[in-house]
Amino acid sequence: MARGRIIQHQQVRTVLRQADGTLRLDDDAPLADDARWLPPQTGTVYGVALNHRSLLDAMAAAFEDAPYKAPPQAPVLFIKTSNTGIGHLEPIPFPADAERIQAGGALGVVIGKRARKVLAENALAHVAGYTVVNEVSLPETSFYRPAVKAKCRDGFCPAGPLIVPADGIDPQTLEARTYVNGQLKETNRCADLARGVAQLIADVSEFMTLEAGDMLIAGTPLRTVDLTPGDVVSVVIDGVGRLENPVIAEGSLQ
Amino acid sequence: MKHARILYQGQAVEAQVLENNAVRLPDGVTLSEQQAVWLPPAQGTVFALGLNYADHAAELAFKAPTEPLVFLKSPSTLTGHHQVSVRPANVAYMHYECELVVIIGKTARKVSREQAMDHVAGYSVCNDYAVRDYLENYYRPNLRVKNRDTLTPIGPWWVDKADVPDPSRLALRTWVNGELKQEGNTRDMVFDIPFLIEYLSSFMTLSPGDMIATGTPEGLADVVPGDEVVVEVEGVGRLVNHIVSEADYEARCAHRN
Repeated sequence: MARGRIIQHQQVRTVLRQADGTLRLDDDAPLADDARWLPPQTGTVYGVALNHRSLLDAMAAAFEDAPYKAPPQAPVLFIKTSNTGIGHLEPIPFPADAERIQAGGALGVVIGKRARKVLAENALAHVAGYTVVNEVSLPETSFYRPAVKAKCRDGFCPAGPLIVPADGIDPQTLEARTYVNGQLKETNRCADLARGVAQLIADVSEFMTLEAGDMLIAGTPLRTVDLTPGDVVSVVIDGVGRLENPVIAEGSLQ
Repeated sequence: MKHARILYQGQAVEAQVLENNAVRLPDGVTLSEQQAVWLPPAQGTVFALGLNYADHAAELAFKAPTEPLVFLKSPSTLTGHHQVSVRPANVAYMHYECELVVIIGKTARKVSREQAMDHVAGYSVCNDYAVRDYLENYYRPNLRVKNRDTLTPIGPWWVDKADVPDPSRLALRTWVNGELKQEGNTRDMVFDIPFLIEYLSSFMTLSPGDMIATGTPEGLADVVPGDEVVVEVEGVGRLVNHIVSEADYEARCAHRN
């Protein structure tokens, strides 16, 4: 059953989607009027840089420059810290010091069972389910610099609304479509990932344990989708969900 | 006062550190330093600084950065006092890094340098191991270099801010098998603690329990299975750790399962 998290009456609660599509709390009560969405995952969120063919193709020449002189050999991971996590319909703050921010519609892979040194052929057995992520970022001037300042702004990782069980889903067939104010701006196909979901779990868990509740963001293409205050951005993955968030100037949020 | 987290009967519990490094658990049980299973002393986002000591930057033939070089760690890499760290098979160079860790005590958002220390709860010590073989470049310390399972011992405890009158004048030392290998002083940090809090909180919210590992001075050397590595920050703590081979560690894990 698809599940998510909300906060209501200052309490965090689990939400389950019923067979008829309605949402109920895990004790079968309806949601309260003040219910607000939280990100559905509870663990560490890892993003993967340079995992989309469009990005690798665009950077192919740059990889040969000094001091690197070769494309990266291992997955280049980054962490979306807990201050970045917001739920469905919550506002994305547009930072006062930023000139541009960009959407990053992507598949979220939520771990269900500890993954440590797993093989690609067994990797999907460690997935609890999938969700929708908008991996918001400032434009990256260099993919080589640690991007904490670009990637870890408050509210820069909307996710949800729900985690849909992995059973019967082939992640390679999914695509994340990003809309700004209802207009389609980008389609991110998992088939275009340099490392697909199973290979990614294998390569990451080779050196780092993924715990139940952790989430991997499968990868975003070359950034093209700008967001400005007043926009409403939504990311849709058929069969997984639709994640919508307004963009609001930081100063107007309290 | 010193605050620890201890694994006791399968549960993580807060503990107070007594004389001789014994710990008192909430139910009054007291364990010796050797009996206790030490966990990382705090839980939150872990920030780490690259090249934050000018001498270390010179050692790596890099200019000291003009803006803090920040990277992040996740809980999977953290381990506690008296635990083991794994040297991967077939690598040429794995080194320790003794660092002072700042523990955030109060939410910080756009905090000025002058107010920054009000947001500090206290201090701890970490050993920010790196496997240099996997470093595809210095300016992007990849998680494969800096976030491997077991490669960030932290602790043994954290010490209240009030017990460390001047964090900008603390000796840092690392011993390998009893031999002093690394020595420095927090006075040589490129970006000091108030600056780092002002900088980080200028673009993101810091929360209680967040940790900032403030970088390491020069004096790095390779460590191999069997080594005992001790990192110490004057007036804060002395963190003991042992290096094991990947094969030994896998055997332990298999045994545990």
